[in-house]
Amino acid sequence: MSLLKGIAASSGIAIAKAYCLVEPDLSFSKKMIEDSATEVARFQSALAISKSELEAIRDVAEKELGVDDAAIFNAHVLVLTDPELIGPIEEKIKTDQVNAEFALKETTDMFITMFEQMDNEYMQERAADIRDVTKRVLSHLLDVKMVSPSMISEEVIVIAEDLTPSDTAQLNRQFVKGFTTDIGGRTSHSAIMARSLEIPAVVGTQESTKLIQDGDLVIVDGLNGEIHINPSAEVVADYESKQEQFEQQKVEWAKLVNEKTMTADGHQVELAANIGTPEDLVGVVNNGGEGVGLYRTEFLYMGRDKLPTEEEQFEAYKKVLQGMEGKPVVVRTLDIGGDKELSYLQLPEEMNPFLGFRAIRLCLEEQEIFRTQLRALLRASTFGNLKIMFPMIATLGEFRQAKAILEEEKQALLAAGTAIADHIEVGIMVEIPSTAVQADVFAKEVDFFSIGTNDLIQYTFAADRMNERVSYLYQPYNPAILRLVKMVIDAAHKEGKWAGMCGEMAGDEIAVPLLIGLGLDEFSMSATSILPARTQIKKLKKSDMVELVNEALQMGTAEEVVEAVKARTGL
Amino acid sequence: MVEQQFTVTDKAGIHARPAAMLVSVANKFVADVNLDYGGKNVNLKSILGVMSLGIGFGETFKLNANGADAQDAVNELAKTLKTEGLAE
Repeated sequence: MSLLKGIAASSGIAIAKAYCLVEPDLSFSKKMIEDSATEVARFQSALAISKSELEAIRDVAEKELGVDDAAIFNAHVLVLTDPELIGPIEEKIKTDQVNAEFALKETTDMFITMFEQMDNEYMQERAADIRDVTKRVLSHLLDVKMVSPSMISEEVIVIAEDLTPSDTAQLNRQFVKGFTTDIGGRTSHSAIMARSLEIPAVVGTQESTKLIQDGDLVIVDGLNGEIHINPSAEVVADYESKQEQFEQQKVEWAKLVNEKTMTADGHQVELAANIGTPEDLVGVVNNGGEGVGLYRTEFLYMGRDKLPTEEEQFEAYKKVLQGMEGKPVVVRTLDIGGDKELSYLQLPEEMNPFLGFRAIRLCLEEQEIFRTQLRALLRASTFGNLKIMFPMIATLGEFRQAKAILEEEKQALLAAGTAIADHIEVGIMVEIPSTAVQADVFAKEVDFFSIGTNDLIQYTFAADRMNERVSYLYQPYNPAILRLVKMVIDAAHKEGKWAGMCGEMAGDEIAVPLLIGLGLDEFSMSATSILPARTQIKKLKKSDMVELVNEALQMGTAEEVVEAVKARTGL
Repeated sequence: MVEQQFTVTDKAGIHARPAAMLVSVANKFVADVNLDYGGKNVNLKSILGVMSLGIGFGETFKLNANGADAQDAVNELAKTLKTEGLAE
């Protein structure tokens, strides 16, 4: 047996066989063949199997993602029946007397090159679709097992280098018990998805795909960030009991589902959830969320080939607002750019995407996209307690401009006789230091602040959070961050406004005591973090935490802060 | 031969999803259906052919069909283009 260490990305313990989601070896050589009729038949049978597999994937995707998002798989099916592709391949087998693999590769390469050379990023990506389909047919010709997240049909632990948003969307939630990835950190896409799916995960293991073979027995310990490969019976038994303990703890946590979140000395705060799609609401309700503190609307725009219509957006927002039954829902307007691309917008590549044309900057420039979203939001506002939040605000000018556009759309809708909620709070995400240091001025004009710590930390330390070599600078407990957070909370309170936090830090057990001490009003986190956080907060005294954080603010390093928190709270 | 001209009304142009839709419709007919755009004439039953044109917003293209149900094919395709907001 062996042990691998990584980053604990999603809590819980999973024990199952490994399913290695790694590229199979599809190499082959050119062969001359005698009997071309048999070779064509071999090709046709590989095509037929591939086609029925893709149809099955499409059907699953239609059920899980809806017809529109599954349309791409339909295009894949059509590629396999394309007369302009199939004809030339069969022709080549017959006239050149070559093996099917070679004829397939030669012909599809021609199309791939053609699409790659088109001066349109969207079309260039279609080359990847053809490559995908080609690989599937090749795998059947070579009789090599094809791996795909959508093909999983038994309980497994997925082992991958990384999981893309489309991989995670295709994961069969019934069978995937946990996963590990070679790259990524706590805030990478796959980690966030794992928490919202409530699947134990360990990321950033660096070499799990090298060390784990398909079918190996694997234990994923999402609590300590450990992976055991082919463990002894003893270790398995040990983890089975740990798994049971964790389940029992979940039962304990579940008792707090309908309780308020109050410290031992009676200070009340609100615990809300971060969500990406209306489907995530189930988790929010089951985990006792007191609201939605961050609805990331960009998922409505991602993984498709055109912008969502006003109507599609309206339906999604309405669903979330209704689902929360009057509890607050903070909707963040489109936060795209940086590492989140939309192929159909064809934004030029940037040297520093995190410092570039993204989020509110893009919305103020591409106003039609922004206005469509605002109209959908305003129309949905009567179905619940909507709050609108603008991301990446760097200057007061940006906020005023965004608010003016919102006001224009509101007046236009009212003039047309559309019903809109009487009062919609409008706030900003504080994730750029310029905004944090000017929070006292912003506080006079916004209704609320929500501190986005993932970006605030990377901008404060000038360290790309995706760059593993500078990952030591991701320091949420550094006194510099605590001071910025304090400035924002104090500024909000001085104007009678509220301050929340929707970054990873809000659900972190070391950070929670500090944030209680700083007087944070709303904590928004992964749904599964809510009950553990509520359990923790009930044991804390606000007065003690005020003392703790005042000491922490004067400290020199993050390590000293962590020590102080542990010493005072017994963590 | 049946022929009809269209102008793309979808801001995103004709790519994967609409192309797939058109090819699926064309496949229901026995007639040969072609799409004429920018001096190229491609088989409308070939998704790779249709996508390779990369027809953008505001551009015009022609559909032409030959065969027993040519008229029905063009009518149905015109209807799809219109109801999906792709072209008129």
